[in-house]
Amino acid sequence: MSADTDFVDYLLRRGDDCLVTAQRLGEWYAGAHEMEEDMALANIALDQLGTARLLLTYAGELEGEGRDEDALAYLRDDPQFRNCLLAELPNGDFGHTIVRLLFLSAYQWLLYARTADATGVDERWAAIAAKARKESAYHLDHSAQWTVRLGDGTDESHRRAQDAVDRLWPYTAELFESETTDGRALDPATLRDDWLSTVDKVLTEATLSRPADGAFEETHTGGRRGAHTAHLRDLLAELQSLHRAHPGATW
Amino acid sequence: MHRDEGIGGLLGEVEAAEADLRAAAERRVGTGTAGRTGDGTGGEASEAGEADEAALAAYFEAVVAADQKVEPRDWMPEAYRTSLIRQIAQHAHSEIIGMQPEGNWITRAPSLKRKAILLAKVQDEAGHGLYLYAAAETLGVTRDELVDLLLAGRQKYSSIFNYPTLSWADIGAIGWLVDGAAIVNQVPLCRCSYGPYARAMIRICKEESFHQRQGYEILYGLARGTPAQREMAQDAIDRWWYPSLAMFGPPDAESTHSARSLAWKIKRFSNDELRQRFVDMCVPQAEALGLTLPDPALHWNADRGAHDFTPPDYAELMRVVGGDGPCNRERMAHRRRAHAEGQWVREAAAAHAAKRRDRERVPA
Amino acid sequence: MSSEPLWEVFVRPRRGLSHTHVGSLHAPDAALALRNARDLYTRRQEGVSIWVVPADAITASSPDEKDAFFDPAADKVYRHPTFYHVPDGVPHL
Repeated sequence: MSADTDFVDYLLRRGDDCLVTAQRLGEWYAGAHEMEEDMALANIALDQLGTARLLLTYAGELEGEGRDEDALAYLRDDPQFRNCLLAELPNGDFGHTIVRLLFLSAYQWLLYARTADATGVDERWAAIAAKARKESAYHLDHSAQWTVRLGDGTDESHRRAQDAVDRLWPYTAELFESETTDGRALDPATLRDDWLSTVDKVLTEATLSRPADGAFEETHTGGRRGAHTAHLRDLLAELQSLHRAHPGATW
Repeated sequence: MHRDEGIGGLLGEVEAAEADLRAAAERRVGTGTAGRTGDGTGGEASEAGEADEAALAAYFEAVVAADQKVEPRDWMPEAYRTSLIRQIAQHAHSEIIGMQPEGNWITRAPSLKRKAILLAKVQDEAGHGLYLYAAAETLGVTRDELVDLLLAGRQKYSSIFNYPTLSWADIGAIGWLVDGAAIVNQVPLCRCSYGPYARAMIRICKEESFHQRQGYEILYGLARGTPAQREMAQDAIDRWWYPSLAMFGPPDAESTHSARSLAWKIKRFSNDELRQRFVDMCVPQAEALGLTLPDPALHWNADRGAHDFTPPDYAELMRVVGGDGPCNRERMAHRRRAHAEGQWVREAAAAHAAKRRDRERVPA
Repeated sequence: MSSEPLWEVFVRPRRGLSHTHVGSLHAPDAALALRNARDLYTRRQEGVSIWVVPADAITASSPDEKDAFFDPAADKVYRHPTFYHVPDGVPHL
């Protein structure tokens, strides 16, 4: 049974990353610098939410306690969420949002692509990954295009983008914490090198620097086991309040 | 006017408008009297004088009369052009501002399915605004100019978006009533005489079919839910009904722009005709919901073959149009803030583009 | 004022058909123009080919003998040739 619990947790981690990312992106509505970007961010939010729904639904089924996607999204409390801290941070300015999306989507894309191509992993998870992979490639491309334009744009945009990289970098270590699932899924720890080279390529083109490897050790972690920041509390309050105000209702 | 009103009926009209646009394109426009039938060389055109202007005007009238399309480079009366710019821009601004009252419920949507649908809708609205700005630009304005006019308060958007979304049920009411009214307005515009606007409207109407349906579906579920949900739904309808009726503008007798717009086929039906059509559509839909429309005078008039109804308060409409609605300031402030805070991003993109061009010029 | 250049968008929905003009959009450069076009005019459908062309790179011919503005040096396919100003103090414009 514990292998199943581990795999359910694994799915929740991926699913919560997507759900929380969708929620943060949804806050941008009608607020970006151009309408085209409003469209793009809503589009990305919708993709992330779609993947979240597939993952939460599957996790709920495996768990076997009758929880569907909405029960998991709306009725869990902070300590039961499994998203990385990087995802729950506030949006900040557009530079912050884009750099955070770069770091997360590079991770998601690598994980989905590797999973879809792997043999022996859980079939349904592999199918979800195969579907999410193309969308994820688009999220990575979008955030890379903008990271480059901000990093290699004006002095002000460079300063803001560099600030975002510096503040967010310490949160990226958590993405590669090891997870075991009896072979049903890939260990995210194996992604770190490729993630680094993907992200470094973008940062270099953007004329941005990043802290050296090992500069930050485990200072910003805990999300994977439910130890979240106050930011998640605020996010969940907004996400869950209406649903919780009407117990048992359908919408 | 059509009696069968449901989304299916309206979508069928969009397809018919598109088919007619293609069929008209196959026909030649008969000019009859005036005008040159030359070989179209530049020499003749560059000698344009008054006689030529009359010929151009006659050709313009013939194109419109034949239900063919005026295209961007055609001669057109200046008032035709300015009317279109005003109308298309107002429509575009409405799509963009309209993202706000709904967008602020995305983070609070009570189920993941509803959250996804709302995200898709708000995304569509951004896209529709962009199609419309693109159509307006073919008439000789830039999008930047139009956005500046909006932010300066010198161009308007539909006043319906100056009302607050107080509960989740408002999202349902907006989909059913506001989008419903918009569709009744928009479907005839698929036959507008100006090509780029007609084509944009066809594209928009096709994409919008699900917007009204999902709003109705929300209310349908609420009406059959808990007592609190049912009350939420009825309250939303009570608040959004009259503002939706006001979306069709002042009564025909008081409408300043209408006569000429109708003659030029920018507008295809009058305000009152469209309002009546909308009411007749909504009554059976409200019955199916099991909720009431807040108008005790609403009843079927067999002589007219239509429903009698209480008109909205036009004085209130004028106040809201004039900037005195509950949320006017909020909507504009949100838009202005987004624009101002985005300045550094736009500058970065332009700077980067310039750097790229410079790099490409340097020989390898 | 952003002054992003205007691009015309052409889409070929499926193999075997040709590209058709579908509209225009603003973007600071070609790469973003292509991506914006994919979002706006194809809703990221698969198998679609997109061309984006800077609007001022297009030269247009006179559509027929009734075009009063035929002047090759001023051909701007996407917009009416004369500049539009909103006069001050005019309501509803």
